Amino acid sequence: MSVVPADVLPGALGAEGGERRAAELGPRARMWPALVAVYRAQLSRARVARIPLLFVATFQSIGIMVLMRGVVDGGGEAESVVAGSSVLVVAFVALNLLAQYFGQLRASGGLDHYATLPVPPAAVVLGAAGAYASFTVPGTVVTAVFGCVLFGLPLAHLWVLAAVIPLAGAALSGLGAALGLLAPRPELATLLGQLGMSAALLLGVLPADRMPEIVRLARDLLPSTYGVEAFARTFGGDPDWAFVAGDLAVCAGVGVVSLAVATWAYRRAAVR
Amino acid sequence: MCAVRGLTKTYPAVRGRRGAPGTPAVRATDDVRLDIRRGEIFGLLGPNGAGKSTLVRQLTGLMRPDAGRVEILGHDIVRHPERAARILAYLGQESSALDELTVSLAAETTGRLRGLEGRQARDEKDAVLEELGLTAIAGRPLKKLSGGQRRLACFAAALVGERPLLVLDEPTTGMDPVARRAVWAAVDRRRAERGTTVLLVTHNVIEAETVLDRVAVLDQGRVIACDTPAGLKEQVAGEVRVELVWRENAPLHVPEVTALRERAVEAGRRWTLRLAPEEARAVVATVTGGSAFAALDDFTLATPSLEDVYLALGGAAQQGLVKA
Repeated sequence: MSVVPADVLPGALGAEGGERRAAELGPRARMWPALVAVYRAQLSRARVARIPLLFVATFQSIGIMVLMRGVVDGGGEAESVVAGSSVLVVAFVALNLLAQYFGQLRASGGLDHYATLPVPPAAVVLGAAGAYASFTVPGTVVTAVFGCVLFGLPLAHLWVLAAVIPLAGAALSGLGAALGLLAPRPELATLLGQLGMSAALLLGVLPADRMPEIVRLARDLLPSTYGVEAFARTFGGDPDWAFVAGDLAVCAGVGVVSLAVATWAYRRAAVR
Repeated sequence: MCAVRGLTKTYPAVRGRRGAPGTPAVRATDDVRLDIRRGEIFGLLGPNGAGKSTLVRQLTGLMRPDAGRVEILGHDIVRHPERAARILAYLGQESSALDELTVSLAAETTGRLRGLEGRQARDEKDAVLEELGLTAIAGRPLKKLSGGQRRLACFAAALVGERPLLVLDEPTTGMDPVARRAVWAAVDRRRAERGTTVLLVTHNVIEAETVLDRVAVLDQGRVIACDTPAGLKEQVAGEVRVELVWRENAPLHVPEVTALRERAVEAGRRWTLRLAPEEARAVVATVTGGSAFAALDDFTLATPSLEDVYLALGGAAQQGLVKA
């Protein structure tokens, strides 16, 4: 079917000579444009595949709050239930779903697509992580507002979610991406994602004062805890902003480290 | 433009576990040597498991070889695998990275990640979708398309952001004839206008014969022949392939048929024979006359194809090449 003989083509080489000089390489995708392109593509996937799961994430958190309404009367415990349920939405999507996504992408050979494009690994990981963190915004806001109304908490400082979502999102999506890319099998990535989310649920939503010492230690090790704490502190009449900032700084730190690990894991998974 | 020397990759043995037997170490590519010239459509032909995809993964920088050298346009791909992405466009067998995107966004995003500016990526995407006849389904997610359409959309993504080398791993799988023609027309246009080189992986014999300039035949990780399709077929030019299909059972009461049986490859009611032309004539005369004819359902007499070449060269797999 090919009608053009190879030896009459422009620049065709009759002999093997003339190849010694290395040809000019094609352009490399720069960090920001590549990140934006990946982010945009991932965000568009929400329309096709993610919306039902976002509903599940939100209803799960709302259901938990309704259940806890019978147990918790108000005060500090109500604050941590609302904060924990809100951050749980972030954990569900950014940690659990992203771990599953990367686990499946890696197992099915989908990473080859990115690995054969001249794109910085960090752009792929950050673009996907950013998109998954963005998916959580509506669910988290809805959960927080519903919780405040349910438990009669003030709505005044809800703006702090503008910091809590991206920072907790960075920490949890970095963790999710790293788990998904490091897990040797996709089922294991799913399992780790689910376990991470269950941990965020149990350790984040249930009031810490009633827990034994060892569980409280585990709670301190979970990055979502700091998002929960930061958010819970702002319900008081006069929040201690230094502590809020400190908690959020922990999220940011975990985010930086886990995203760096995820980028390393991506590099490792892409070339075998 | 692409030189491969002594490329070797061994997959390590896997120890058996409970309920799953272990597998021995497999040499997926074994001392492969290839030279691909600029502007040619070069094919890798072989049955499943011959090492085609492993070889391609090493050429595209996706897999590190155990030993050997790959040089594309003067760049050492074994030492600098990241450079492969700036020289070639790769169409793999998997589309899972693009599945949930629309055709349009898949092509545009791929172009952007290939280093195009936003405007340029959009323009090239529009042109490629138009060229391949995908404009009407540009807004639909790949997941919702048929297998052939999805493959064509992935091919479109591979074309956005020009590269001097296209590496296509079974690009036309599942495509209807119209889509296939669109693929080969797009390849030919790039070849004529820009001297684009194509490395094509296929196990489809007919496609290999019609589109390839040269073909390397792979078997168990080794290149067992490399020539033009016509040149390869000359190696078995002295033979003719006779296929006989019997209605129910072969008429073994006819002595000539009984004598043929030893030389036939039997597959159910079908017998395949590779014979010298005068022998073939005699066989056809025998089975189309007398009592053998009553038992005959169908017969064909054909000049050798690349499949016959593969078998004549000692290819181990008796089945596995597709004739469609």
